[in-house]
Amino acid sequence: MNQPEPATRVARFTKLERIAHWVNAVLFTIAMATGAMFYFGIGQSLLADRALVRVVHVYSGFAIIAAFAVAIVPRWGRSLRRDLSRINRWSRDDVRWLRSLGRNPSVRLGKFNPGQKLNAVFVGAAAIVLAGSGAIMYWNQSFSTDTRVGADFVHQWFGWLIWITVFGHVVLAFRDFESLRGMTGGTVSTSWARHHRPRWYAEEHPATTEGAELADA
Amino acid sequence: MTHEPGSPIGRRFFLGLVGLGAVGVATGSTISNWWQQLAQRDPTGISAAVFPGGGGWRFYTVTGDYPSRAPGDYRLRVSGLVDTPFTLTYDELTALPPTKLDRDFQCVTGWRVLGVKWRGVRLADLLDRAGVRPEGTALRFTSFDGVYTESLTMDQARRRDVIVAYKLDRKPISSDHGGPVRLYVAPMYGYKSIKWLDAIEVVDRVIPGYWEERGYSIDAWVGRSNGRNDEST
Repeated sequence: MNQPEPATRVARFTKLERIAHWVNAVLFTIAMATGAMFYFGIGQSLLADRALVRVVHVYSGFAIIAAFAVAIVPRWGRSLRRDLSRINRWSRDDVRWLRSLGRNPSVRLGKFNPGQKLNAVFVGAAAIVLAGSGAIMYWNQSFSTDTRVGADFVHQWFGWLIWITVFGHVVLAFRDFESLRGMTGGTVSTSWARHHRPRWYAEEHPATTEGAELADA
Repeated sequence: MTHEPGSPIGRRFFLGLVGLGAVGVATGSTISNWWQQLAQRDPTGISAAVFPGGGGWRFYTVTGDYPSRAPGDYRLRVSGLVDTPFTLTYDELTALPPTKLDRDFQCVTGWRVLGVKWRGVRLADLLDRAGVRPEGTALRFTSFDGVYTESLTMDQARRRDVIVAYKLDRKPISSDHGGPVRLYVAPMYGYKSIKWLDAIEVVDRVIPGYWEERGYSIDAWVGRSNGRNDEST
């Protein structure tokens, strides 16, 4: 290609999606930090008030569900719902990408790579499971001992898995700054979009891409 | 409404995970106990150290908080149907002839901690010191959390493996474990071993404790009560 890449940027996430993401991130951080205090039994030594840690954990947890419900309501959640639909659907290229662990250069990805799709779905499902098992633990007097033990066990395992998942998510985000910029400023460079997410770029810019393909031919 | 091409793998993964969580809750203590036994039998100890749910202590409180009392402020009151009621400071209690027990701690919710090293004073010694009157046939324990209570019959209380404990695994008992002083009733489920022990009262009949009023067995022998069949401790 003789011509330099145009220094234009492509809109990736709307303001609502970004607010929803960062509210979710803050709430998850609080819930995970307080959850770890219970897990390691240090709620007593670090913060004198165990009852406070408990309240913060419970309310940040339920706020995650509430904030997501607000973000997705029909009036303004259109872009978020559209992205959820993208996360749901897997193309053949997605499967090939995952099989090659992201090393297959010939695949054409859509807006999200399969790793991002798995991350989003896992975090969403874990939020539901943690809220459900957490509710049983919180209102434990209404449940049998056996159910409480089951909820406790499931809550521990999903909490542990969430720590691993979020850790991986953050590490990968910092390894690809342009992708991270999509979630902070809302845009990514055109060259990033063309190179890393060609199918999505084509979707957003049908005319340009057709022209480019004609020129290639 | 636009539809993305491709298979709805995201939805399947989502429903699978939520289903896994629901099954885990529904099977209750079965999976939890199975995993705990597996983790504790792992000779490398990796399973219990790295993965969750592998046993170890879980800290319960009925008030939502761990009450704390410095040893210097601690007092144990022994009263009721006795000839000489008395109050012991922490130093007076720990100066009495000690008893060591190396026994498991089994919770009625399923978890068990193996080989806990307890140190304390035999409850029978304290009862002898107070001089139980003939009509005194049971004991009522209260906690300085202000809510929790427990009970024992006089025969149970006089067993050699029932102690007023002040050390756990060679360290003073911490607040989350019910310190500075708690009861340890070795042959019974954990809820009998009242935490943050405040007072012992000799009474003429068994008064059901906090959990016993909520359906737990009063005679809480491990493996022979509460509908459970755990190995005895």
